[in-house]
Amino acid sequence: MGSSELKRSKDSVSDESARRSSFPDEVLERVLSLLKSHRDRSSVSLVCKDWYNAERWSRTHVFIGNCYSVTPEIVARRFPRIRSVTLKGKPRFSDFNLVPENWGADIHAWLVVFAAKYPFLEELRLKRMAISDESLEFLAISFPNFKALSLLSCDGFSTNGLAAIATHCKNLTELDIQENGIDDKGGSWLSCFPERFMSLEVLNFANLTSDINFDALEKLVGRCKSMRVLKLNRSVSLEQLQRLLVSAPQLAELGTGSFSQELTIREYEELESTLSICKNMHTLSGLWDAKGIYLPALYPACSHLTFLNLSYAALQSVELAKLLAHCPRLKRLWVLDTVEDKGLEAVGLNCPLLEELRVFPADPFDDEIVHGVTEAGFVAVSFGCPRLHYVLYFCRQMTNAAVATIVQNCPDFTHFRLCIMNPGQPDYLTNEPMDEAFGAVVKTCTKLQRLSVSGLLTDLTFEYIGRYAKNLETLSVAFAGRSDWGMQCVLGGCSKLRKLEIRDCPFGNAALLSGLEKYESMRSLWMSACNVTMNGCRLLAREMPRLNVEVMKEDGSDESQADKVYVYRSIAGPRRDAPPSVLTL
Amino acid sequence: MEVNYENGLNLKATELRLGLPGSDEPERQTTLRPNKRTLSEISCSGMTDDGNDDRRQSAPPAKAQVVGWPPIRSYRKNCLQAKKDEVEGGAVRYVKVSVDGAAYLRKIDLKAYRSYPELLKALEKMFELTIGEYSEREGYNGSEYAPTYEDKDGDWMLVGDVLWEMFISSCKRLRIMKGSEARGMGCV
Repeated sequence: MGSSELKRSKDSVSDESARRSSFPDEVLERVLSLLKSHRDRSSVSLVCKDWYNAERWSRTHVFIGNCYSVTPEIVARRFPRIRSVTLKGKPRFSDFNLVPENWGADIHAWLVVFAAKYPFLEELRLKRMAISDESLEFLAISFPNFKALSLLSCDGFSTNGLAAIATHCKNLTELDIQENGIDDKGGSWLSCFPERFMSLEVLNFANLTSDINFDALEKLVGRCKSMRVLKLNRSVSLEQLQRLLVSAPQLAELGTGSFSQELTIREYEELESTLSICKNMHTLSGLWDAKGIYLPALYPACSHLTFLNLSYAALQSVELAKLLAHCPRLKRLWVLDTVEDKGLEAVGLNCPLLEELRVFPADPFDDEIVHGVTEAGFVAVSFGCPRLHYVLYFCRQMTNAAVATIVQNCPDFTHFRLCIMNPGQPDYLTNEPMDEAFGAVVKTCTKLQRLSVSGLLTDLTFEYIGRYAKNLETLSVAFAGRSDWGMQCVLGGCSKLRKLEIRDCPFGNAALLSGLEKYESMRSLWMSACNVTMNGCRLLAREMPRLNVEVMKEDGSDESQADKVYVYRSIAGPRRDAPPSVLTL
Repeated sequence: MEVNYENGLNLKATELRLGLPGSDEPERQTTLRPNKRTLSEISCSGMTDDGNDDRRQSAPPAKAQVVGWPPIRSYRKNCLQAKKDEVEGGAVRYVKVSVDGAAYLRKIDLKAYRSYPELLKALEKMFELTIGEYSEREGYNGSEYAPTYEDKDGDWMLVGDVLWEMFISSCKRLRIMKGSEARGMGCV
């Protein structure tokens, strides 16, 4: 539906403001049901009461970015016809162990309401939520039409919960278990899929470590003719992979498992020929223990590859270069820094269509390592890949000049996440702060939505961000800044800011309180190991009743310090399930 | 190192190593990368065995004392650590073995053996030959075969000169030499 049509309908509605709209509700609902983006839907719902109602009756998918911003009852009251729910829970820094155990974000209360109000629920996608085996079992038996379960960075459950899903969800099309804190009690869950079950399209169990019953898996894959995504865990060998691929050459996304085994020549040739018929493959991952000599078996399957995830495969630069020569269409690449700058040079040479690059550190905690990637690798990629707009880069050295060159080559960055791993490290050539680097980023990349900064940074960086990053929505800051002024610049200047997460910075109460009104237009604020005090937080809570201000105290810390602060807007009021370590002010 | 009296054998007595018999064992070269070993040891000990434990809780790293930095998801951190532990304390260690004059190579797992005598015995059995006794001064006297290995630096060394543990970690492949070449080895 074009925006001009939307405008015309708006005009006709406002003309008939006194009379009931002659535009039947059913038609309006039908039209609005074509709207997929939840932001568009939010805008539509604000037009007038009729539109609000039509929108809420036609919405089938609800996205809740913070599970504590609203209650399940409120959601169910407003949207009666939901089939698909996406829920995010804990603050992002919980991924890095900064959030206490039992913090919350438990899914169960939501499931109870959904079971009553949305018995026909089909999809549930959770990120950073706590989910128990009991909840998984409850889910499995409460929703007869349940089709898709996706769990990313969740915790609290074990493979027993997966067994319940496999046993009871007769219409399951998607089971996507990714990077969770799962208690792996063994691989028997996979054998719980019934004999006649054949609807699975997406199966991702790469997260798990235990051996699964390969016979059961082979039969399952053989039955599920519509399977398009299969991501195996490390226990699956090369030979087993080859057998699976024979039954599923139609796969679009493949996670290879370990990709390691001693193969005879005949076995290798078999693997190579099986992979060569996988012409639909656009995403490849896994390769945990891949040996360089077997990588060539992949080459024929790589011609249409758009996403290559090598972030668990410790490849060397030469191996990567040879592989990339066969991946001309690559748009997204994730690698470990074992490939070094030479490997990244190969990226620049071979992948002109590249849009996203993530380089993870193989040895993040070892200071003595001299390897990894440097600014040179990043620069090399920027010269060869002008379409680059998403980068996550872990390195041990960087310069202001390099970053300036990079953004000059790639001005379209929407996501720029640079992590110089030694906190507070300056430009290693000039010994100056890295202010100018991020200044260049925000000045040049006008479309920037997400920024993570690192290195030695003064308040100047934040002045730049506040002045230039007008589209910025998410900002992550660590070990940076000199005074409250830095944070004030960001809060005052970044009009579209939604998520601000700060750790170990010298920002105090003045900075915190300068954003009083701002926080209501944001999803959340996180501040830990800063200079904020309990009094500052209390003041904030008092002034802004529609915000939840939560403080997590550390053992043995000063009474008056607010060690970890989490502030978020909510129409649900203060939460009632907070553990003792979390104080709601 | 404790005296291993497994099966009534005093393996220490037949251990091939540097130093005069009866002298104290030379300082054990625990690793070629001491820092990494410490890190993995600490991380390993930090992980509890309780199956119910939240797996995302890994021990704080020995070097970087900052919690949650660099910002890497616990899952990824645990995966990389598990890989490192495997590489260093690996369960298997396969190397190729060639014998001068034999048609094809074989492979053996060095970790299946606990000492030189065990290894040499297995080699003798596999290739149906006699290797003979090791002596520090004369190498392998009394046979036309001498077991050699390629170490991490690419040099060809006589099997038996270094501590067993060090041999295991540095041996890349084995070659059992024959004839005059073999007799040449062992003479300093």
